[in-house]
Amino acid sequence: MRIKVKKESCTGCRLCEQICTICRYDEINPRKAAIKIVPHFPQPGIFEPKLCVQCGVCAKECPVDAIHLEGEAYVIHEDECTNCGICVEACPIGVMFTHDAAPTPIKCDLCLKCTEVCNTGALIVVD
Amino acid sequence: MDGFGGTTLRINLSTEEIERTPTDPEFARSWMGARGFVSKILYDEVPRDADPLGVDNRFIISTGVMTGAFTPVGSKVGFGCISPATNGHADSSMGGHLGPELKYAGYDLIICEGIAAHPSYLYIDDDTVELRPAGDYWGMGSLELEERMKNDLGEDFQIATIGPSGENGIVFSCITHDFGRQAGRCGVGAVMGSKRLKAIAVRGTKSLPVHDLKSHWKLTYDIIQRTKTHPNMAPWQKYGTAFFVGWSNERGCFPTKNFQETYHKDWEKIDGERLVEDCLVSDKACFGCWMNCGKYTRARIPGKPDTYQEGPEYETIALVGGSCAFTDINHVAYANHLLDNIGMDTMSGGSTVAFAMECYQRGFITKDDLEGHELRWGNIDDFEHFVRMIAARRGIGDVFARGTKGAAEAIGQGTIKFASQAKGMEFSGYDTRWYPAQLLSYCTCDIGAHHSKSWTITTDIELGRDTIEGKAAVVIYLQHIRPLFDTWSCCRLFWGELDVTPEEHVETINYMTGWDITLDDCMQVSERVWNLNRAHFMERNGGPGRSHDGAPARHLEEPIPDGPAKGKVVGRENFEAMLDDYYANRGWDKDGNPTREILEELGIGYAADNLEKIGLLGKPIPGGIPKVRGKKLKPKAM
Repeated sequence: MRIKVKKESCTGCRLCEQICTICRYDEINPRKAAIKIVPHFPQPGIFEPKLCVQCGVCAKECPVDAIHLEGEAYVIHEDECTNCGICVEACPIGVMFTHDAAPTPIKCDLCLKCTEVCNTGALIVVD
Repeated sequence: MDGFGGTTLRINLSTEEIERTPTDPEFARSWMGARGFVSKILYDEVPRDADPLGVDNRFIISTGVMTGAFTPVGSKVGFGCISPATNGHADSSMGGHLGPELKYAGYDLIICEGIAAHPSYLYIDDDTVELRPAGDYWGMGSLELEERMKNDLGEDFQIATIGPSGENGIVFSCITHDFGRQAGRCGVGAVMGSKRLKAIAVRGTKSLPVHDLKSHWKLTYDIIQRTKTHPNMAPWQKYGTAFFVGWSNERGCFPTKNFQETYHKDWEKIDGERLVEDCLVSDKACFGCWMNCGKYTRARIPGKPDTYQEGPEYETIALVGGSCAFTDINHVAYANHLLDNIGMDTMSGGSTVAFAMECYQRGFITKDDLEGHELRWGNIDDFEHFVRMIAARRGIGDVFARGTKGAAEAIGQGTIKFASQAKGMEFSGYDTRWYPAQLLSYCTCDIGAHHSKSWTITTDIELGRDTIEGKAAVVIYLQHIRPLFDTWSCCRLFWGELDVTPEEHVETINYMTGWDITLDDCMQVSERVWNLNRAHFMERNGGPGRSHDGAPARHLEEPIPDGPAKGKVVGRENFEAMLDDYYANRGWDKDGNPTREILEELGIGYAADNLEKIGLLGKPIPGGIPKVRGKKLKPKAM
């Protein structure tokens, strides 16, 4: 199971960012989301959702082995993470995010809530 | 303070002093945000003789209680000032992402006073607030500048800009954001320009405090799931507001050739279907919106560079496309880009050009006035040349820079009869001659003619388009419920089109704030704002109030010549009867002056004192004012 991103369907509403931080941190703060919508305007005039594809590079690079495969998602264990930032640097597609008020880097753990609010088919669950 | 950013900024542009104070909880509860905040601050602070483009006017940027929350849909930010178009209270809102960003930076309200010594922009990065020089940006187009500032500051910043039109004080100048969202109406861009404020750049990274987050998000989550399958969702997602071009034509209310006609025989060449098939680049939503009514498009016209823009939306298609008689959607989209970038409201801008086109048609202006050009219906080159004359205030462009009313007063010769405006602001994109409640809505609207405060096309159909019976009370209800969304600072379309109830909005506000308020409480806030704005308008412009509520002669006397509404006209007698009914239902006297009884009931007795001092307080109503003002009737969706 994974989240398939269809960027041509994204409208830039950022509901996914909102629900992500609500479920992850009990906060409304899109800047702390594990998904980021990057607009490309005025040209070509499209939105690019940036979201972890669970490739596992972060787990391999983590010097303290704080990132574990749980089911189909790589999950950061907050009690083990030293917030050194190596995984953020190592991520090949730039989807390990940071925020000054977050105790660890921020990555998708496949809770799928974003796919439930997306109304355009930009984020869909596939096996 | 739960539900709010928590901080109010007061910026003296003349001295560059920046004062931060906690937002007053009582003030927030009494006025709720955006339109409400603006109304109270303008009333309290702006001298009654202040020039709208002078040092004493205020320029206010305000979020509201719902901005930035997980709600349907808290995307809005409001701008307020005394309008240079109407010389009264102005509030104009826009969606996009700026409002939420301000809230995440911790700000509810920014009050700008004075005038900056040099072109400046307001830079906000969480707690860092600075006035920065904008000399390099001055003169740039709105859209060009947004791109430039995104490059200069980073994609994370949300940017709002004005164009040359705002710099030059054109009374229908707008503020632009997100490459195509505008606070379009009332000339808020001209006031921003008069302050020498070229742009606002905001980044906010804080969390919004919410009283009961779990209940708050679950309510909205359920609303999202419920509305995904609403029958109106699909057409709104596919076409946005442009879907209704055909609808309006079939009902004989589509402004055509400056409201000379109400049916555009070539409407299928400029409707939503043409827009989507010929021009669509992508669907575009405001922050937190799952209906994505924004259509980002590319216009292609041989011999001209391609342009990218959001829209045109219905209002632009009506007032640029129909009213200027275009017959190619690419031309309407190109005109939309031109007006956006130059910084003009496409509604009043389109209407002002259309008014000039009729002046040209009738010989009141000639090629000699137009630097040798013509001003023909449906001609994009003529349109562009004339818009540039206005923006630069060249020649007769300076006259039309005052809007249709100002231009008609300057030109004379009876042209005021076909200036479709109320209080100095141009009508929205619906003709009123078969829609008397819409005419009453425009003419009594507190910011000048604008459908956002009361839209009654389906109400007129439901109650009968040939009657005025019962219309005034419904207009009053709408003038309270619809602006309430501007006060909450959220989009009203989820109520209007997707049947999300106002009570659900109130429930989510209570979850956010910890308040225990009802819809009736909120409606009273909205009525308070309406009455305060009325008093303020009269204190600035004299009276009696009725003298400001007149309708353009065309809409009273000139039967529609053709189309589905052929022969229809409201008639002066009917209009005056509606005004009588309206004032009685509002608790105002026959002269349209608010009474002490209504003002005191709404908690603004000080406005009664002020009106009394200038002899404009309404005479007491025998038997007292109505206990309930307005009659609830939700308009049917289009």
